[in-house]
Amino acid sequence: MTIWKPTVLTRVMLGLAIIVSAFPLYWMLVIASRTNSDAVATPPKFLPGGNLGQNIIAVLTHPEAQFVAGLTNSFIVASVVTVSVIIISTLAGFAFANLNFRGRNLLLVLVLLTMAVPLQQMGVVPLYRLMVSLEWTGTLKAVILPYLLNGFGIFLMTQYTRQSVPMELVEAARVDGAATLRIWWNVVLPAVRPGMAVLGINTFMLMWNDYMWPLIVLNQENPTVQIAINGLNARFSTEYSLIFAGTALSIIPLVLVFVAFGRQIVGGLMEGAVKA
Amino acid sequence: MSLDTLPRATRNSHRRDRPPGRRWRSRVDVKAMPYALVSPYFILFAAFGLFPLAFTLYYSLYDYDLAGTVEWAGLDNYSALLGDDDFWRAVVNTVGMFILATVPQMILALFLANALNKRFRLRLAIRMSVLLPLVTSVVAVAVVFTQLYARDWGLVNWILSLFGVDPYNWRAERIPSWIAIATMVDWRWTGYNAIIFLAGMQTIPRDLYEAASIDGASRRRQFWQVTLPMLRPTMIFVVLNSTIGGLTLFSEPMTFYNGNPDGGSQGQFQTVAMFVYKEAFREFDYGYASAAAWLLFLLILIGAAINFLFVRRIGGTK
Repeated sequence: MTIWKPTVLTRVMLGLAIIVSAFPLYWMLVIASRTNSDAVATPPKFLPGGNLGQNIIAVLTHPEAQFVAGLTNSFIVASVVTVSVIIISTLAGFAFANLNFRGRNLLLVLVLLTMAVPLQQMGVVPLYRLMVSLEWTGTLKAVILPYLLNGFGIFLMTQYTRQSVPMELVEAARVDGAATLRIWWNVVLPAVRPGMAVLGINTFMLMWNDYMWPLIVLNQENPTVQIAINGLNARFSTEYSLIFAGTALSIIPLVLVFVAFGRQIVGGLMEGAVKA
Repeated sequence: MSLDTLPRATRNSHRRDRPPGRRWRSRVDVKAMPYALVSPYFILFAAFGLFPLAFTLYYSLYDYDLAGTVEWAGLDNYSALLGDDDFWRAVVNTVGMFILATVPQMILALFLANALNKRFRLRLAIRMSVLLPLVTSVVAVAVVFTQLYARDWGLVNWILSLFGVDPYNWRAERIPSWIAIATMVDWRWTGYNAIIFLAGMQTIPRDLYEAASIDGASRRRQFWQVTLPMLRPTMIFVVLNSTIGGLTLFSEPMTFYNGNPDGGSQGQFQTVAMFVYKEAFREFDYGYASAAAWLLFLLILIGAAINFLFVRRIGGTK
């Protein structure tokens, strides 16, 4: 069919889109691998230099950056939230999709409504006061707990379970005497694994990149990686090779995840969009 | 011997022989377990959703500061905000950047999605590369763009200088700083929105295009008269998403001023979210910040309603 064949214009547009998408990341690598005087040179240097290792060591050992702590903390926060959100969402998704109980539809509508409120901006002051009075500021708990609330996860897993776990399968397991939690573990979880992957990747990325709430509730002594970069940027804003080495370090884990799971991410996004 | 060959009566009696305690437990399991499974969400929502929302409203009616003095203020915080030039400047900045970022972003994303919808090799690789910006952290990218827009050594000014344009101080003035921040937002979200549009486009039945093509409609006409109207539900989703994200913009303008919520020397790119942050966590004026947070919510509702009505009209009359 001729209408689906790309024209020259389409090819040029796609080429441009790829270049524009990749360029800032390439530029990050260029500056991160050069000396600071190269970073501010005119005309600019367009090719990577040989200082990448040196700059990375400099940022990792910088006494005021706490970069190693930042990377470790971000990893802990993102992993704990991701695992918890997957458990909470698959359990609730299973209940909403496959179990009968009074008030099911009403509760599901409530979940959808709560998704529409930008809680992060709206509730930030009382949430901060709560963390202060619990003496949790400066600790990772304060970052982790509010993010266990994830309406999107419930919505996604409800949709996913509905479509991949037939009711007959659940009823058959019940007749065989399996309790609800056993059905969840043995029947539902194996069937919704692709949905779990999408939710997991999504949550991990959101947590890794989160900025506002950790900025409020943590401090420079015990930061997440974004807060560590923010601290460098605030105090040494023209030490480009140092900061850029830090930003490069901060996105490497995500790019690795992306390359490994790219197919699922693209597929999951497109599927989710059509269902929404 | 398999179960099927047993007489029916034997099978049933076998089930009835279960000890009563187990039967009771299984009834509780069926009746109560569903509530147990969905309860974590609602407990979390009560603690980290409902409680903060309610207390934001409560704080906003009080004069409440770091020293702990709490005094009833009624609607004073709100009326003070409505008379506060700094607040209005933040509102104008937020809406201005939102429009500057969203309009080109939607148009580009639509055309990009249309291009991605063609048949070509390396499809997955190309789709992944337009999504690449999404997986990078906002702060990291804002740092890179801030350097690209730097006055004395930034790449943008260097390219302009090749055309004889004098170096521009992107951060110092209102519109240029908005443009710089809007490009950061667009870089991150255009590819994502294109992928969402693409998903919507692929649900459009092919017969519609075939019929249009038999009727002699050119490819361009098919895009305007088939693709766009059929894409309306997806567009509503994308536009509402962008409205919430755009009106709560925080990370990019914060990083553009090295993590300072002032948003430039004259507050020229301070957003409402930054205003809330500054009032709460630098001025420690919790009541005022809470009132501003509610006005931000109102702004989002208004923005969402306007955009919803706007999108509903696209292609609707044809």
